Order: sequence, then C-alpha cells, then structure tokens
Amino acid sequence: MSGVSTHDSTAVHHDDHGHEHHKETFISKYVFSQDHKMIAKQFLITGIVMAVIAMLLSLLFRIQLAWPDKDFPLLEAFLGKWAEGGRISPDFYLALITIHGTIMVFFVLTAGLSGTFSNLLIPLQIGARDMASPFVNMLSYWFFFIACVIMMSSFFVQTGPASSGWTVYPPLSALPTAIAGSGLGMTLWLISMVLFVASSLMGALNYVSTVLNMRTKGMDLWKMPLTIWAFFLTAILGILSFPVLVSGVVLLIFDRSFGTSFYLSDIVLNGNILPNEGGSPILWQHLFWFLGHPEVYIVILPALGITSEVIATNARKPIFGYHAMVYSLIGIAVLSFIVWGHHMFITGMNPFLGGVFMITTLIIAVPSAVKTFNYLATLWRGNLRFTPAMLFAVGLVSFFISGGLTGIFLGNAALDINLHDTYFVVAHFHLVMGSAAIFGMLSGVYHWFPKMFGRMMDEKLGYLHFWLTFIGAYLVFFPMHFMGIDGVPRRYYAFTEFEFMQQWLTVNVFITWAAIISALAQVAFLWNFFHSMYYGKKTVQNPWDSNTLEWTAPVEHYHGNWIGEIPSVYRWPYDYSKPGHNEDFIPQTTPFSETMSSNLPHDFEGNAEAERIQAEWLIQNP
Amino acid sequence: MNATVSQLDEIKTEPWSGGKSPFNVEYGKLMMWFFLVSDAFTFSAFLIYYGAQRFTQVSWPDPDLVFQSIPGIADHGYPLVFVGLMTFILIMSSVTMVLAVEAGHRMAKKEVAVWMIWTILGGLTFLGCQAAEWSHLHHEGYWWGSIPEFYKGVDTVGATQFANLFFTITGFHGFHVFSGVVINIIIFFMTLGNSFEKRGSYLMVEKVGLYWHFVDLVWVFVFTFFYLV
Repeated sequence: MSGVSTHDSTAVHHDDHGHEHHKETFISKYVFSQDHKMIAKQFLITGIVMAVIAMLLSLLFRIQLAWPDKDFPLLEAFLGKWAEGGRISPDFYLALITIHGTIMVFFVLTAGLSGTFSNLLIPLQIGARDMASPFVNMLSYWFFFIACVIMMSSFFVQTGPASSGWTVYPPLSALPTAIAGSGLGMTLWLISMVLFVASSLMGALNYVSTVLNMRTKGMDLWKMPLTIWAFFLTAILGILSFPVLVSGVVLLIFDRSFGTSFYLSDIVLNGNILPNEGGSPILWQHLFWFLGHPEVYIVILPALGITSEVIATNARKPIFGYHAMVYSLIGIAVLSFIVWGHHMFITGMNPFLGGVFMITTLIIAVPSAVKTFNYLATLWRGNLRFTPAMLFAVGLVSFFISGGLTGIFLGNAALDINLHDTYFVVAHFHLVMGSAAIFGMLSGVYHWFPKMFGRMMDEKLGYLHFWLTFIGAYLVFFPMHFMGIDGVPRRYYAFTEFEFMQQWLTVNVFITWAAIISALAQVAFLWNFFHSMYYGKKTVQNPWDSNTLEWTAPVEHYHGNWIGEIPSVYRWPYDYSKPGHNEDFIPQTTPFSETMSSNLPHDFEGNAEAERIQAEWLIQNP
Repeated sequence: MNATVSQLDEIKTEPWSGGKSPFNVEYGKLMMWFFLVSDAFTFSAFLIYYGAQRFTQVSWPDPDLVFQSIPGIADHGYPLVFVGLMTFILIMSSVTMVLAVEAGHRMAKKEVAVWMIWTILGGLTFLGCQAAEWSHLHHEGYWWGSIPEFYKGVDTVGATQFANLFFTITGFHGFHVFSGVVINIIIFFMTLGNSFEKRGSYLMVEKVGLYWHFVDLVWVFVFTFFYLV
C-alpha cells in the first residue's frame, strides 16, 4: 500500500503527511488514527456510549416522574446523597434532564451522527482517498473525546452537573450560587462545550473543503448522493452557527467569573439584592438560539440524507425529485438562520418580531413537506426490501411527519401562549428531531455496518430492535401531547403538588414503562452491534446492490480506500431499476457505453453528439 | 465496445466536474477562508450584542473623553491620538505581511524573513500599546464590573456596560492578535529552517497572511464601534 499518494485527484498539491508508510502500530491505527474510516468508528462508538449514558439518565428521571412517592433503595446505593432515601433529589432531577438533553443534542446527534457518517461517507462517496486534512480530522475526534470526558466528570463533582436545562439560560447559569448545579458543574459544562465547538468546527471545515475540492473525476455537484449534500450543508450550518454560541459562552463566563452584567439585571439571590444592572437574559437567548435553531437542523439533515440513500436503495427506485430534494435541503438550511425567535415568543420579545418569526417558521413546512412527499413517492410502487436499515428509514419518515405536524402548532406565536414549556413541546421535538434523527442514525448504522466492519449485522435482531423501539417511542411521546394541551409544564420534578396534574400520574407510569421497554430493546442493538463486529457473517463488496462509490472500494480497509486509481463517475447515484437494463442497479462508475440498452437522451446532459450516437445505436439495435 | 460508442463516456473537464478544485485553491486555504467566515460570525455576535446594549442604555460614555490620554506622555487632551497610532501600526503590519507573501511568490527566502519580522514587531507593538491603554484605563478605575468614581450620581449603568464590553471585546480581539503573532513567529522560524524552500512553495505564509488581515479587519470594526461612533 506504500506509494499510494492520497490526494492525486486534485490539481494542487496537498501535503502527504502520514502516507509514506511507516509501520502501523496499535497507537497509530486505533488511537491516533488519521484514517477517516477509523475516525468514523471512533465517533460512532463514543456516540453510542454517550447515547447509552443519556438513555440511562432519562430512565432515572422517568422513574421519579412515574413513582414520585416511592422509595428505591437501589438508587441510593448508586447515587448516594443525590437519591437520599431512595428518591431522586429535586436538584439532581434538574441535572439529569440538563445532561440528558446536552448529551443527546450535542454529543450523540451532532458529533455521533455527523462525525460518524460525514467521516465515513464523504471520502468514500465522492471518491477521495481521505479527508482534506486527516490530521485536523484526528484532532476533531480527540477534542470531542475530551469534551465528553469533561462533561461526564461533572457527575463526580459534589455539587453535581449543570442543572439549568440544555439551553443553560441565565440567571441560573450565570450566578454560581443560584442552585447547586450552577457551581462547578456549570463551569465544566462551559469548558466542555468550548472544546466541543472547536471539535465540530474542525470537522466541519474538513467536510466542506473535502466536498468542494476532492470529488473524483466526473463527480459534479449534481451527481453527488443526497447523503453528501446533507453532510455538506450540515457542515456549513455548523460553521456559521457554532461561533455565535462561542460568543454567548464567552460573555456568560465573564458574567460568572469577572463580575460583569451581560445577562444580569435586577436580581435578588437568597435575599440579597445583587448589584448587577443593565444586562438582559433575553440577549443570551438570542445568541443561544441563533445557534440552537440551526443546531436542530444540524441534527436532522444528516439523518434525512441517510434516509434518502437507504430508501432509494431499498425501494430499488431513483429517489423521487432529486433536485427538489437538494433544493429543499438548501431551503431548510437557509431558513434555519431566520427562525430562532420562535423559541422566544413569550420571553417578552417584541410581539411584532414574534409575528415575523412565525411567518419564517411556518415557511419551513414547505421544504419539509417536499422532502416527506418525495420519500413517500419514492416508496410508492417500489420493489421494497425491508432490511432493518429500510425499516428505520421509514420510521424516520413516520416520526418526521407526526412530529412535524405539531411544529405547525408550536410555530404559531398565539398558540404558543398556551403550549410553550409544556409537554406538548417535549413531545414535538422528541418525535421530530429526537426519534427521527436517532432513527436516521440507526438506519445508517445498519446500512453501512458492512462498510465499516466488513461483516453483516443480524437481521432478526434488527427487526426486534426496530419494532420495539418504534412502538416504544410512540408510546412514550404520543401521550405527552395531551398532557401538554392540558397545560402540564415540562421540567417539573413531581406532579403530586398540583391538583390538575394529578390525573396525569397514571399516564406517567404508562410512559415510564414504555420507556423501560424501549430501553431494553437497545440491548438487542448493542448485542447485535458488538457481536456482529467480530462474529457477524462476512460481507460481500456490495451487499445492498447499491450504486454509490463506497461499494466499489474493497471490503478490507486501506488507508487510501481504493487500490490503484480512484474510479471515475459517469452517472448520478440513483439509476435503480432503469428500464432496458438487465440488472436493477447501475453503479455510478458504469460508463454509458456499457449500458446502451438503457440510456436515455437526458443522461447526456445536452451533449448533442452523444445523443446522436445513442439514437444511431437504437436504430441499429431495435 | 466500439470507438464511436465510447465517446459517450467522455467526462467533462469544467471546474465543477470533479477531479480538481473548482476554485483552483489548495484545501488548506479553503479551510482558512471558511474558518475566517466562522470567526467573523463570532465577532459579529459580540458587536451586535454591543449594539443592542448601547441602544438600550440611557447614556453611554463619550469615547473622546474616555480615550484622551497618551500613556507615558500625557494624561488628557489628546482624544484618539494613541488609538489612532495603534491602528496605524496594525494596518502597517498588514502591509508588511502582504510584502512577505509577495516575496514568497518570488521564492525570496530572505525577504520573506525580513518582512515577517516587521509583521511580528507590528503585532507585538500593537499588543504593547493595548496593554498600556488597558493599564491606564484600569488606573482610572475602569475594569470588568467597575467604573471611575466620577460617574457616580449620573447614569452608571451605561458606563459599566461600556467598560464590560470594552475589556471583553478588545480582549477577545487582542487574544486573536496574540495567536496571530505566535503563528507568525512559527512561520518565521519555518522560513529560516527552509521548510518552505523544501516544499517548493510559500503557500503557508499566504494562509497565515489571510488570518492576519482578518484580525486587522476586525480591529477596524472594533475601533469604529468603541472609539469613533
């Protein structure tokens, strides 16, 4: 493998660090690897570990919500004074929901999802030997890893982890003595997030440069798979939105430690009037949600890209409306920057501004609906193959529809007076970006597992995993809509103190049992994942009869992906079941001269000479 | 496959058709540009926050009165002279950086090194001036969360927020200048060590130059917001 230059497809030279071959040691292969495929696996496994932790945290607070009057001595054994007498303490309850949200949004669905699949698929699907800068790519993973460690270390701090919600609104987050979690835990949260932003920035810069610069011959933008379009736009969203969070966090750090009043004014803390004047917590919300809203698209776009790919492959049909899919991705990406105010309708923001944000928000329904209808149209009369990946992809479409519909309610500034901060919101985003994005991620894991590990995952366990998780997620989140409409607020520690909420206690018990069953279903996944890694059935090179470039690379991994020359690309990635061809797929690397019986005039993109040759051939071979 | 049919497989060679960089730009330069876009958003967020605060407060200190000293020479009476000098030095260091990049294009190692030294000196002088100005202001009573006595009785909130923002934002910018100087020093030593001679290109100087110009450009905005308007 020595002597393979990794960047020979670009006109300008890249520095070839790491490719003149020194021997690979354990450290350079598995730890400080610069190979995008290994870095993808590192992101995936770290993401899975973080997801399991976040899921366990959610079970803890679900237990509290379902049985607020019951003692669980086991909890005290594990959590000590955070669960004195076997009950989760109110402070710790807030820490649980905060860290659950933070881990899921940032560490699992941003780094775990983009980090895994952008890293794995960008070079393989555009035909590059590695990322533009493998070294920066490696740094990106290790910054992420350190961010994970610091975030988790806050569980070993006496005052507990950050507790002001994953949006860390001041003043709770700005005054170290406000609540237990505002102390050291909050400081660790901020440090962790700064490292996380650095990691995601390094990753995103790499993804964008790689997609722009390193596509193989023939891979113009309109021949890129929708996965690549989605990862590309996600990376751009990250580059433009995360830096604003950095500014917000810097100001927050000064408020915490340097006596400034950027977000503080008119505060009474423990009976003392604080001197801070002039700042405003709403300004934090503006800065936070300028990141926060694009962030939810950073979470969902890669999942939508993966779904497009999996659905087209397993419906054996071209994706319906490829161009419309790309334009709707772009539309969603652009709109995501001008809707953040819908998170702040009732914060005292100018109501006129609320109206503006309401309009921009509701416009997002248009590109989202385009995507949904295109998925359905792709499925329509396809030769559906229900692989586990396909089921999860269809599951995403389901969640995206049922969660998306409630978005139209919540995007309405007037309705939000009733619905804000209730379980209706919880239900909405757990379906539309939580469950949907997780399903996209799982779909990707099942689909590209053979590419990552050279082995197949077990299908039966996959089906079990899918059905339990799919039904479980609906049973958990669907009832929350009704609680929300009844006015039950989110983030409350116990429903026992309020007359009108008591009738919902039994529903909480039901939801918690559904959550426990869905959590148990993940055991099937974890077993399947780690067992198949070593003992799964060996895969063939192209197990799903897929068109995209990654399946033309050998099953064994080489740092450089292809032995010999990188394949050139002749056609778009969705030539499935093309009339006139003897197979139901034509890989992107198959030249048109080998598929004379199935070529269509528009395949030649207006090349009159080629159209003439094709027409002549058709006359000669009737 | 016959020869006529194989004409169908011709791959386009347009800039965006793959197989080359559409902008004919090396990946590192592309990454630098995107990083600068990202960093521009960071500073924009700060300056928009500044604008929001300034329009909210009843009063705001007059920069002509706050910044009228030349540290070490005169305590008052010279509004904006010192900061004007600082700004001039920083902009001059951008000019010397351009000259270093230009010398790099000609593969003139010695000239690159000389112009890099001037750029580093310019950066260090700017940082020194900033330190002098900060310590002067601190001496007068300005700091994070504190303002001089003479504001008492008037509106202190605007002045406090002014001080908070001034130190935070110019500090954040100063941190950028500092990182730039460190990177410039690294590049200077790499030049002396023939790293770029061996590579056959001084592209690295150009990439660092982009960052340096960006830092300058940001200062122009910071300067405008805090000292001029």
